[in-house]
Amino acid sequence: MATQKTADQAHDTAAPGATTPQRPRRDMRELVVKYGFIAVTVIFFIYFLATIDAFRMSSTMFSMLKFTSVVAIAGLGVTTTMVVGGLDLSVGSTVGLSVTVAAMTMVIYAQQGSVAIVAVLIAGAVIGAINALLIVALKIPDLLATLATMFLVQGLKLVPVDGQSVSSGLILRDGTVAPGKFTSGFLEINRGSIGPVPYPVIIWAVLGVATWFLLSRTKWGRIMYAIGSNPEAARLAGARVGRYKAFAYILSGVFASVAGLILASRIGQGDISAGNSTLLDAVAVALVGTSVLGVNKPNAFGTTIGAILIGILLTGTTMMNFQYYWQDVVKGLVLFVALVFSFTLSARKRRFTAAVPL
Amino acid sequence: MTASVEMRGITMSFGANEVLKGIDLVLAPGEVTAMLGANGAGKSTLIKVLSGVNSDYGGDILIGGEPVRIDHPTTARHHGIQAVHQKIADGVVPGLTVAENLLFEGIVNNQVARASSLRGLMPRAREMAAVLELDWPDDLLRKDIYELPIAEQQLLLLCRALVVTPQLLILDEPTSALSEAEAERLFDVIRSLRDKGVAVFYVSHRLAEIDDIADRLLVLRDGVIRSDQSRPFDWGAALHDMLDSGETEARDRSQELRGADEVLHLDQVRLLPKSRPFDLGIRAGEVTGVFGLLGSGGNELAHGMFGSQPFVGGSMTLNAAPFHPKSPADAIEREVYMVPEDRAAGTLIKDWSVAMISTFPFLADVSRLAVLNHPAEAKVGRSVIDEFGVVAQSEDDPVLSLSGGNQQKVVVGRWLRKRPTVMILNEPFQGVDVGARHDLAEKAREVAAAGSAVVVMSTDLEEIMEVSDRVIVLADGNLRFDAYLSDTSRDEILTRLSEVE
Repeated sequence: MATQKTADQAHDTAAPGATTPQRPRRDMRELVVKYGFIAVTVIFFIYFLATIDAFRMSSTMFSMLKFTSVVAIAGLGVTTTMVVGGLDLSVGSTVGLSVTVAAMTMVIYAQQGSVAIVAVLIAGAVIGAINALLIVALKIPDLLATLATMFLVQGLKLVPVDGQSVSSGLILRDGTVAPGKFTSGFLEINRGSIGPVPYPVIIWAVLGVATWFLLSRTKWGRIMYAIGSNPEAARLAGARVGRYKAFAYILSGVFASVAGLILASRIGQGDISAGNSTLLDAVAVALVGTSVLGVNKPNAFGTTIGAILIGILLTGTTMMNFQYYWQDVVKGLVLFVALVFSFTLSARKRRFTAAVPL
Repeated sequence: MTASVEMRGITMSFGANEVLKGIDLVLAPGEVTAMLGANGAGKSTLIKVLSGVNSDYGGDILIGGEPVRIDHPTTARHHGIQAVHQKIADGVVPGLTVAENLLFEGIVNNQVARASSLRGLMPRAREMAAVLELDWPDDLLRKDIYELPIAEQQLLLLCRALVVTPQLLILDEPTSALSEAEAERLFDVIRSLRDKGVAVFYVSHRLAEIDDIADRLLVLRDGVIRSDQSRPFDWGAALHDMLDSGETEARDRSQELRGADEVLHLDQVRLLPKSRPFDLGIRAGEVTGVFGLLGSGGNELAHGMFGSQPFVGGSMTLNAAPFHPKSPADAIEREVYMVPEDRAAGTLIKDWSVAMISTFPFLADVSRLAVLNHPAEAKVGRSVIDEFGVVAQSEDDPVLSLSGGNQQKVVVGRWLRKRPTVMILNEPFQGVDVGARHDLAEKAREVAAAGSAVVVMSTDLEEIMEVSDRVIVLADGNLRFDAYLSDTSRDEILTRLSEVE
């Protein structure tokens, strides 16, 4: 097209201007964008350390991290889907489903904890595969597809349990009492620790490092970022876009089910409302994570820092005897500040909000 | 009663880039004036000036002898200038019914009450459809616009332009979405408008259509009107004016490569729904240039061979084995590579460095057990910079900080360094300066000399003459001509292209 060519030529002449030296003010701003978020985290941490005695105990630290692990792990899954240019809205309901599946396996079918773990992981992978099918094969936009999955899973998980929470002693449809209970081994997932470090924190750390390694150090991660940034360029360079998207959603489903395992082990019964708040928290930490270090793209390290900051703030405010409803206010403010870092202060535009690459 | 539209010394610049360099033109009532022009000649800009989209033009526009300043699309319409733009999607409003789309201008101008029911709109909508004698039943008028076939959407836009008989009707590639029968119907409308005294300004790449309908033919090149003919048209001369500047020296013909082995064979391939199937063999060891006007099938040929968009029909063999790529990944596995026509949308990734863009299609080369090896990646980035003369500080430079020509060297270089079996370069010189274009052409020829089959698609004859050994001419998706450059001439190529079927 005629206009295309002129626009390109205009770009040619404009390009040298882009390399003019940056003014100091811009450097300052870049510093803020890059380290501002981590600084905020550290400042709050030090503030709580200084003002709250109980906060200083190492057990508080670890229980805080343990408490955050469910959201953080689900957030890591959300991060992988954001990397390929999507967003998995079904993670919360997958966490909830995992709790129900774990409870059913152990309480109703009287199976071992290990069987429950396998069943939950398979359920998570299946939900991810359903999302992948909707998005890749049926070409439904990511948000809409995972929204539909979210409702389906939320509703369908209640069908086999007649809408009841599953706990030991549950009266089944045929009038008998459910034969099993949460095994002590399964409850160890939440209770156990290596030295002072609780298992959930170890699981979080392992999955966090694995996700970081996958996304930042392997060719697969490179291709996933390319797909999220410019899917057509990725396709024309030979990336099999559908496969990578499917992989990201299946991974997200599995991560959500791992988060669900920890949650199930924590509450020790098949609470039907479990996981209800996880979705928004997980999406929030993944979004917050995009602003960490000013990278402006979803990344595992950022998600982890985002989760830790929210954990610190929630623990701190709870210990300062704030009412529970302040928790949402705190989360909202954190997200707001993160978005200011990303959108307002950053010179670069956020990549995953732009449908067009340039 | 209609009057002529006269342009005097119209100029238009975007920054330092002067696109229109003084257009003097009278569009007379009762005459169909057609305009031909290559990419970047300034056609769209001229249309946008006339229709009020580009308001800061220089020079004067006179309607019926009265000077007017067309500073807004509304002003243009007020003066009886109506334009139907090429992109249908820019004209129709999704989510509204056919009837509402017909009356859209009335709705935004508050001539039609916003709250009026669909039923209330129907009589007026029926009247509008009758302008083009469209026999649209009421249930069709009630449908969502997207249920209307694309050709009918085009006619709807035309209806809208014709509610009040215009002084000047501008049509920009109006038939690109139409079937032959529908195009015929459009031509009938144009003829009857002309007979009513409307001035029609018709922009198209389709010579047969222009031959069919135009009274006068203009050629626009580099922002000036190069020639102005009345019937009967001399097509050879027109295309010469449009495409051949004679500026570049012909390459030294003694260096022409003649490939021997046919690597890729196309069997009864059809490029466009209306085009005829043809066979074509692409040979290793030479550069095949595919020349044609915009929309003549070069793009479809490139994407079909690369598997990024299937052919309308036909099959291929690669080195005598069946070749049916369902995706670019399939083609790349067989060492068939392509550089797409739109660099920004098809190759570049924001925030990526030269090294990252260079290695992206072949990440296995720079990773071990899927783990990226950064020194190896930097080495590839540097080799692309050195080998292709990319002007960049280092391989870590963001690719978007480079000029268009240097960006293109990176995206061409990343494939060429792999010694392709077939290298398809689709419009590789768009938005590329002359120096970079020369370097890129050299590299393409070197790779061909080393045994690759190189195919270059271009709508610019100079580019084809510079890079190719063999030239293939496409028109309306049909194979018109196939010869080695040393056996033919510019004139013959242009003559073949200008043969109106």
